[in-house]
Amino acid sequence: METLFFLIITLIAIISAILVITCKNPINSALALIMTFFCLATYYVMLDAPFMAAVQVMVYAGAIMVLMVFTIMLLNVRVDATKTHSHKVVFGLIIGFFSFINIAYVLVKSQAALPTGPYSGEMIKKIGHTELVGREIFTNFLLPFEITSILLLVAIVGAVILAKKKI
Amino acid sequence: MENLNSYLIVSAILFTIGTIGVLTRKNVIVIFMCIELMLNAVNLTFVAFSRYLGNLDGQVFVFFIMTVAAAEAAVGLALIIAFFNNKESIDVEDINIMKW
Repeated sequence: METLFFLIITLIAIISAILVITCKNPINSALALIMTFFCLATYYVMLDAPFMAAVQVMVYAGAIMVLMVFTIMLLNVRVDATKTHSHKVVFGLIIGFFSFINIAYVLVKSQAALPTGPYSGEMIKKIGHTELVGREIFTNFLLPFEITSILLLVAIVGAVILAKKKI
Repeated sequence: MENLNSYLIVSAILFTIGTIGVLTRKNVIVIFMCIELMLNAVNLTFVAFSRYLGNLDGQVFVFFIMTVAAAEAAVGLALIIAFFNNKESIDVEDINIMKW
C-alpha cells in the first residue's frame, strides 16, 4: 500500500517537474513547481520528518513562490511562443542524461561512508520531531543559526538596494 | 517505508530535470525556478540520508538551505527586476554585456 502511494507521489512529482521546464508561460511553470514542492513535503512526511514538511510548505510553497508569482505579475512579459527554448536542447538533454547516471551512481554507492546517529524512528515518534530538530539547532548548530540572521539582513538590504530605480 | 535507494533515485531524477531546465530555457524566471528545483532535490537527499542513518544533522542542513534559498530568491528576483528595467527583456540571451 505504501509502495503504491510512493509510486503515485513519484509520478506526480516527476510529471510536474517536467511541466516546470516545458510550459511556455512562466506562471504555469510556477504552479507546477508548487505541485512539486507539495510532493516533496509528502516525501518528508513519509520519512518521519513532519517539521521539515511544514517548513517546506510554508517557506517554499508559501513565501518563495508567492515572491516569484509577484515578480512574474510585475514584469508582465508577453509570452513569445516561438522562442521559449534556446537551440541547445539536444546538448542539454545529453548532459542531463550523463549527469543523471553520475548522480544516481554516486548517491546509491555513497551510503557506507556516512556517520550514523542515535535517532531511530521510534525515538522520533516518542519525543517528537520538532523538539529533536530544535535541540539539535540550538545546541550543536547555534553559531550557524546566528550567522543565518546576518545573511537574511544582508539579503533584505541587498534586495531593496537592487530594486530601487536610482541608487 | 520505502528503501533509501528509491528516494535517492527520485532525487537524482528531479536534480537532472532541473539541470536540463537551466541548460535549455531562455526565460530568466524559469531558470530561477529550475535552480529552486535542484535545491529541493538536494534537500530530499539530505532528509532521506538523515532518516536512514538516524542522524539529524542532515535535517538541520535542510533548514539552513531553505534560509539561503529564501535570501537567494529575494536578491535574485531584485536582480531580474533591475535587469528588466534596463533592457525591457528577461531573456538570458540579452544578458551579454560581459560576453566576448
